[in-house]
Amino acid sequence: MAYSDKVIDHYSNPRNVGTLNKESKAVGTGLVGAPECGDVMRLQIEVGDDNVITDAKFKTFGCGSAIASSSLATEWLKGKTIDEALAIDNMDIVEELALPPVKIHCSVLAEDAIKSAINDYRVKNGLEPVVLEKSHH
Amino acid sequence: MKQPIYLDNNATTPLDPRVLEAMLPYFTEKFGNAASRNHAFGWVAEEGVDYAREQVAKLIGCTEKEIIFTSGATEADNLAIKGVFEMYKEKGNHIITAVTEHKAVLDTCKHLEKNGARVTYLAVKEDGLIDLAELEAAMTPETILVSIMYGNNEIGVIQPVKEISAIAHKHGALFMTDATQAVGKIPVDVNTDGIDLMAFSAHKMYGPKGVGALYVRRKNPRVKVTAQMDGGGHERGMRSGTLNVPGIVGLGKACELCRLEMESEAVRLSALRDRLETTLNKMEESYVNGNTEHRLPHVANISFKYVEGEGLMMAMKDLAVSSGSACTSASLEPSYVLKSLGLSDDLAHSSIRYGLGRFTTEEDIDHAIEITQKAVNHLRELSPLWEMFKEGVDLSKIEWAEH
Ligand SMILES: Cc1ncc(COP(=O)(O)O)c(C=O)c1O
Ligand code: FES
Repeated sequence: MAYSDKVIDHYSNPRNVGTLNKESKAVGTGLVGAPECGDVMRLQIEVGDDNVITDAKFKTFGCGSAIASSSLATEWLKGKTIDEALAIDNMDIVEELALPPVKIHCSVLAEDAIKSAINDYRVKNGLEPVVLEKSHH
Repeated sequence: MKQPIYLDNNATTPLDPRVLEAMLPYFTEKFGNAASRNHAFGWVAEEGVDYAREQVAKLIGCTEKEIIFTSGATEADNLAIKGVFEMYKEKGNHIITAVTEHKAVLDTCKHLEKNGARVTYLAVKEDGLIDLAELEAAMTPETILVSIMYGNNEIGVIQPVKEISAIAHKHGALFMTDATQAVGKIPVDVNTDGIDLMAFSAHKMYGPKGVGALYVRRKNPRVKVTAQMDGGGHERGMRSGTLNVPGIVGLGKACELCRLEMESEAVRLSALRDRLETTLNKMEESYVNGNTEHRLPHVANISFKYVEGEGLMMAMKDLAVSSGSACTSASLEPSYVLKSLGLSDDLAHSSIRYGLGRFTTEEDIDHAIEITQKAVNHLRELSPLWEMFKEGVDLSKIEWAEH
């Protein structure tokens, strides 16, 4: 299977690899997937005063598409408000990276990671977690 | 574009130019049907086939009449197992095999289970070898066939075939072995090994794809298999179909070259393999999979913990290898062979198989080492699991959101 140029680009030059201080109140951390399934994604956001995401970082254990999906997600998150971030759909990632059907779950993982990071941030700041619809694989 | 370094010789091998040269005339001027008895075209083709049969027989220590040409190892496995099951129905319906077999054996057995066969799938020990006591215990008076592979395609472990065949024979069963990865790589002798049926394939030993053979013993005992295709009764009635003369000539030449060069080649390859393996195994958290003593000379299977195999292969685009990671397969299940060694799923996902071959050079190995080290280090920088491991987090204590 050949990868799309965009996957290769994100894979070879991943954006925003790294770690934010997960103890900080301004940081939300999402850790999704499982080593047994061959994919684990950690996505972190740093949120400013006006609910705008000022920074995003990721680390991913997984295939090239999973790494590219999380790299792309961090790129998209920066500058977005929490509400805008919640609206990111895995199919947007599939489209942007031209992922084939067997790789859709890698993008689902990225969407899950975004939502889980947002919820971590919300709970830390005394807000209700948003109810997530169970993503399907 | 520069070609990647090919280290996937267990999947297939490149055709040796000397094999190609031997084959070429049989596509053009020597195009005859080997079954045409009445003119020179047929005779010339038949001569080519006869010489090839002799070369194949010499490599494995049998007589020419015991070689049935097929389209490859998959067909030979099917013919052997289904053919024995049908031929020896009267005697019993029990077949013993192992969980680490190739799909060509496993799925054939599964098929027969639907037709009344009882199949025992032996587990393997942590090193990939079957337990002989377990085999002995599984034998029954109804056991007609024991089918255990010679060398494994993923980890390269070599089963104790001599001991296995002795146990099978003691209980009156036949012994069949899928020797696709072993023939031409290590000495295989059907008589000293006590083999009754043996499948192998040209494209794993520098011959062409689409041709292989089944060895069927003719003496002590005389073994028979029921044909699986009806037709002109070629190959002593066991495999109908006009012979693939160029392919067979190629298989013969490949066998001849392997017989002449195997000894020195095995020494060369195991030295290169050991160098690759020892160096890579020095990396933190890397694990060699399978028994390292009873093993084919050209295979190394290594897990690099905390990186995922497919991602790793993508980072090693100048290296053609394969992985037991699920993400490379449509089923998303990691390698059943590695899992049957008791490897945890995450280690199975992190495995890379290196298969060296006749055209692998020392320089290739040095490059492969460098490429692997670089890629593993790069991906570990990206891996949240590596970071947690480095921070001393016990990953088994984390509640992962399974999906
Ligand atoms: C152990 C084993 N058996 C059978 C086969 C199938 O061989 P062929 O491609 O000739 O059908 C292979 C090759 O993948 C193999 O490694
Ligand atoms: S993470 Fe498994 S296929 Fe992408």
